[in-house]
Amino acid sequence: MAKKLMLGNEAVARGAYEAGVRVASSYPGTPSTEITEFIAKYDEIYAEWAPNEKVAVETAIGAATAGGRALSAMKHVGLNVAADPLFTVSYIGANAGLVIVVADDPGMHSSQNEQDSRHYAIGAKVPMLEPADSSECKEFTKQAFALSEQFDTPVILRLTTRVAHSQSLVELCEREDVPLREYQKNIAKNVMVPANAKPKHVMVEERTKKLAAFAETTDLNQVWIKDKKIGIIAAGISYQYACEACPNASILKLGMVNPLPEQLIRDFASKVEKVYVAEQLDPVIETFCRSIGVKVIGKEAFTMIGEYSAALLKEKILGEKAPKLLCAEEDVPVRPPVMCPGCSHRGVFYVLSKLGLTVAGDIGCYSLGCAKPLASIDTIVCMGGSITGAHGMEKARGREFARKTVAVLGDSTFVHSGITGLIDVVYNKGTTTTIILDNSITGMTGHQQNPSTGFTIRNEPTRQVDLEQLCHAVGVDRVVIADPFDVDKFEKIVKEEIAAEEPSVIIAQRPCALIKKAGYSGLYVINDKCKNCKMCMKLGCPAISLKKKGPQIDETLCVGCGLCPNVCKFGAIERVK
Amino acid sequence: MKNMNIMIVGVGGQGTLLASRIIGAAAINLGVDVKLSEVHGMSQRGGSVVTYVRYGEKVASPIIGEGEADLILAFEKLEAYRYLPYLKQGGKYIINTQETDPMPVITGAAEYPSDILEKMEKMGVSITACDALALAKEAGNIKATNVVLIGVMAKHTNISKEEWEKAVEQTVPAKLLEVNRKAFQLGYDAAE
Ligand SMILES: Cc1ncc(C[n+]2csc(CCOP(=O)(O)OP(=O)(O)O)c2C)c(N)n1
Repeated sequence: MAKKLMLGNEAVARGAYEAGVRVASSYPGTPSTEITEFIAKYDEIYAEWAPNEKVAVETAIGAATAGGRALSAMKHVGLNVAADPLFTVSYIGANAGLVIVVADDPGMHSSQNEQDSRHYAIGAKVPMLEPADSSECKEFTKQAFALSEQFDTPVILRLTTRVAHSQSLVELCEREDVPLREYQKNIAKNVMVPANAKPKHVMVEERTKKLAAFAETTDLNQVWIKDKKIGIIAAGISYQYACEACPNASILKLGMVNPLPEQLIRDFASKVEKVYVAEQLDPVIETFCRSIGVKVIGKEAFTMIGEYSAALLKEKILGEKAPKLLCAEEDVPVRPPVMCPGCSHRGVFYVLSKLGLTVAGDIGCYSLGCAKPLASIDTIVCMGGSITGAHGMEKARGREFARKTVAVLGDSTFVHSGITGLIDVVYNKGTTTTIILDNSITGMTGHQQNPSTGFTIRNEPTRQVDLEQLCHAVGVDRVVIADPFDVDKFEKIVKEEIAAEEPSVIIAQRPCALIKKAGYSGLYVINDKCKNCKMCMKLGCPAISLKKKGPQIDETLCVGCGLCPNVCKFGAIERVK
Repeated sequence: MKNMNIMIVGVGGQGTLLASRIIGAAAINLGVDVKLSEVHGMSQRGGSVVTYVRYGEKVASPIIGEGEADLILAFEKLEAYRYLPYLKQGGKYIINTQETDPMPVITGAAEYPSDILEKMEKMGVSITACDALALAKEAGNIKATNVVLIGVMAKHTNISKEEWEKAVEQTVPAKLLEVNRKAFQLGYDAAE
């Protein structure tokens, strides 16, 4: 069959399709999102966006237990949320194949930390495979399902940003016909109470030994002996960097990164003079090598921080430093990401910044509200951490503090894990004010539907979670819906709600400017009524910048959202189209 | 064939991804090995973005390192300047002369460097500059800036014009094909 250029994530989806997967349940997160989006294009697979990763993995467990091959995909921090089911499904194992795909983000292109998911495979005692290009993404996904069934275990497929978001050639195959496995009630296997879990733990330890033996011989791991002076042990994208940097070196490429093959590593090390371990983030392979007495060079030469590159390996292994060629003559101003022109969140942060409130933030496009000139967010930890953070602040500093504090989070984040925080506030007599930034979509990760948008992953209409009713149902009496672009009114509402000595929620409703529902068109310009007061500059809109004459609107960037005229006191911003 | 390393740099939202996919399609049609590295997520929100395309006999790393780019396609002037260290000796730049202020410039914390093209030329960098935005407007859609630049680039590669046109057709959405055909031709004609 023909070869196709595919994103690593698309190739994982293809692998799932070819492996006869029946159910995929995921929560979006860069760099993993496209896996499930591509899966949803195959009619043969049932695909869904779950409210969060724990829900997604549990759904996949249910599907696999019932006999259908199942997959769940998430970003590295998503696995933190799903860690609870992971550690126990390791004991249960799999009836039909169960694969969890986790995408790490070394270099933090789009993440709040740089954690290394390999620790989860070790901790939960499950096998982990790590592909190095799109072709392997597809093949390893299929092998992961086979392994899952062979060893009665969930399998984790680990990607990193550069594998997930690179395209390379993939050969396509047909979908395998994998019938549903029989489902039988099996209390000893599927019910994890202590009496059943105790014998299961014994099995898990035995399984790990069998998997370690398998790792010695599987062709997931490969050895090339070339120059015997230098040997490199690498996995995933680091393998590509090693090939690029040292084409003559001997290489042990690990496709299975847990458990590691002790004898294979010993044999490889005995054939070469020096062994380097090229692995991004934590010294997992390196620590294992040292534990079996194999001498390697690892983090003392490289780094635990950020991404590796071919140049780094070349410099540290071959001692060859790339010559500095050209460089800008001056400091080039940085270009950090910003809220888009027309972003619905801009109105909210304009008001919060004006009022000088303490803002417990959360994760989403609105995290950019921490950047200048709005710079109004005080804290960001993890998804769902805003309401709880504000609640903790109130409990430490008292109600007075809550009178100048708000929590902000998006619609998807609220459903993901914000709602439990709101319940905490109500239950424990807090008085936090929460602003739900309801832009009708999961924006940050590239516009996925979620339970509050009224549409499924396939854009089919579905029952919509009514955020207002939901807040009422958990015991919040004060719930106000407001338009964040009507800045004067919005400011008034915020003042009223923070003053209230009870929990309150403001639902700031306005669609993301990048989705159809926003329906923006046209263009605004600044006319000669402008007094150069620079009020509009406070919005931090990338379409408005200060030129010699005063603020000016860039016609290629303006989407015609109409926020800036609402902050101009002189009527100097007018619509021209 | 020795490996060709092309970088596409710009501002998130400018359509750099489509440009890299057109180059990828052209390379596949040649029957060589190809790798592309894209940027999704956070930096797409108006940040500095870079995508890499590498093709040739055998490509290992999808990433291009400093001093390794044969060609840099810059969608914005400041971004062209930023990625200067990546250009190989004798490499070429194709630059859209559009200027988009980054937030530090907008807030007044930094200044947009002046005379970028002149400074780069003084360093001996080979540059083809073009007002791709104006040409895209002429073609009928400012979003076609990316395909205008592909047109400019087409003149600077060893892949034929017909092959590039085919790659554009294979990659752009059908309903925008006419605009993009026009955009490609305008870019092609504008290249010296
Ligand atoms: C546990 C976890 N899962 C996924 C992500 C990736 N992620 C970052 S923001 C976000 C969703 C944002 O959607 P929403 O709350 O609706 O805000 P918007 O971006 O639309 O403003 C996701 C899924 C994450 N950071 N953490």
